[in-house]
Amino acid sequence: MHMYTDTLFGGNGIVGAQVPVGAGIAFGHKYKGDGKVCIALYGDGAANQGQVFEAYNLAALFKVPCLFTCENNHYGMGTSDVRAAANPLYYTRGDAVPGIKMDGMNILAVREFTKAVTDWMRAGNGPVVAEVETYRYYGHSMSDPGTSYRTRDEVQEVRKTKDPITMVRSMMVEGELATEAELKELDGECRKIVDDATKFARESPELDTHEMFNTIYTDMDGSRIRGSDSMTYGIHSP
Amino acid sequence: SSGINAEYGSEMLCKRLLSKTGGLVSSVRHAAHFTYTPQTPPAHLGETTKLNMFQSINNALDIALGSDDSAVLFGEDVAFGGVFRCSLGLQDKYGASRVFNTPLTEQGIIGFGIGAAAAGSTAIAEIQFADYIFPGFDQLVNEAAKYRYRSGNEYDCGRLTVRAPWGAVGHGALYHSQSPEAYFAHTPGLKIVVPRGPIQAKGLLLSCILDNNPCIFFEPKILYRLAAEEVPLGTYTIPLSQAEIVRQGTDVTMIGWGTVVHVLLEVASMAEEQLGVSCEVIDLQTIAPYDAQTIEASVKKTGKAMVVHEAPLTQGFGAEIAARLQEKCFLHLEAPVQRVAGWDTPFPYIYEPFYLPDKWRCLDTVKKLVDFM
Repeated sequence: MHMYTDTLFGGNGIVGAQVPVGAGIAFGHKYKGDGKVCIALYGDGAANQGQVFEAYNLAALFKVPCLFTCENNHYGMGTSDVRAAANPLYYTRGDAVPGIKMDGMNILAVREFTKAVTDWMRAGNGPVVAEVETYRYYGHSMSDPGTSYRTRDEVQEVRKTKDPITMVRSMMVEGELATEAELKELDGECRKIVDDATKFARESPELDTHEMFNTIYTDMDGSRIRGSDSMTYGIHSP
Repeated sequence: SSGINAEYGSEMLCKRLLSKTGGLVSSVRHAAHFTYTPQTPPAHLGETTKLNMFQSINNALDIALGSDDSAVLFGEDVAFGGVFRCSLGLQDKYGASRVFNTPLTEQGIIGFGIGAAAAGSTAIAEIQFADYIFPGFDQLVNEAAKYRYRSGNEYDCGRLTVRAPWGAVGHGALYHSQSPEAYFAHTPGLKIVVPRGPIQAKGLLLSCILDNNPCIFFEPKILYRLAAEEVPLGTYTIPLSQAEIVRQGTDVTMIGWGTVVHVLLEVASMAEEQLGVSCEVIDLQTIAPYDAQTIEASVKKTGKAMVVHEAPLTQGFGAEIAARLQEKCFLHLEAPVQRVAGWDTPFPYIYEPFYLPDKWRCLDTVKKLVDFM
């Protein structure tokens, strides 16, 4: 939610707000004819926001290449998917927009399905709703322990039997694509990347306070930002 | 550093701690930017018990559900007690037909609440954070506020009360810290109420629930656990559209609501000690329709006024109060009406200590008022 890259348009304030935005981005791709598609991700909780349905309708009418993807981890914070949706078959919620369900715990399934569906959309067939079935191990946020609405046994069961990374490890070792030792080394490399990134973040100097006034507008550089009282002001700068 | 022409040592509010696993360092704000001043319960309300704000709100909801068979409470995750525990135990006590979860659908929650209220139910709708109230903005402004007016009093949704956690909490950033009262105060037909602590929360919430107009009750989330005091056990209400003079004074009128009232009480003590200035602190309580009489009388007495709120300065509710005071008290004013508010930026994450109208900025404003003439 807090990351942005040149192909990741970031997170949003209220979950679900990104879905109409995704339909718009897909429209942009269609308009520019650049052959790209937009994947608009949201959860089973956000799937019940009204604007999501407005987005489905717009995308279908304008036949835009948007893959509406519901990551169904079965809990919208503390409310389970079946108690939040009269129709919990999230891949059917697009109504006139065709839907497809994927096993989100199987990396190969997701890869193959996504390839096929995005190719289909690139051919001009319009939007698709995908439901990717997955799970959330921890609570929704720091103030949610994650156990007041489900049992610890349930969480551990999923971890034991359906964890996607464990599944890929077994596949690779059984299929003799890698040895346990090689995978362990890979684990170590990944841990190092994370540790280095953490260290960098912690050791980086704190942002200067003038950053508070930047990027509110684009053409207001040099102008005063009214401050907390009539004696203080900031200067908007790039 | 460049960019701010006045700086305050708010870094002291941030501390670092080493976690138990060793080596992990995280920055957590341990100190709130204010000290909570517990209120004394009115003696005539009888027996009291120590409650924090989420407990007093829970108590008010319990009383409402217990005394009114038509009362229902709904919102996201309210069944297990809610993210802030305000509805703890209520589904067990009153059943799932009266206390129930809704999907993630703010526009739907408020529209549904309007319908339930219009059909004769005392509808109490919870919006999980005031920052999320905006999908329901149309329903509140165009439907709830105008139902009675457009139908010539044949229909109304007066039995609707919308509750939402509100304001800065120390780590809420853009979408868990907003104070949106100004948007709604601009809409005739709605009542907007903000309590400063547990005693007020219980009394004002019960008034909102009983009031026959659609009410929005914003609950300062930083006070849910932090604010604890002796709260009367019985049923009592605090009248709407009445401001309360929380501290009497003669030199400067300070007007605020919610968390900021406690900042102002601290500033009033500092002003007394350091400047020999006597400040009158007024808690507006109801933002709309507001008690202009009390604040005008105070400003006519002191001649110097400041309004303080967390919401951004431009077009915050302080702007309305300032306009009114200069209009009604012009010849009594010894200095222009001052406002101390949030910056005109989205509510920042790491810059929160700089963003908030803290006691230092408020004290400087007292000095400015007193030194003006």
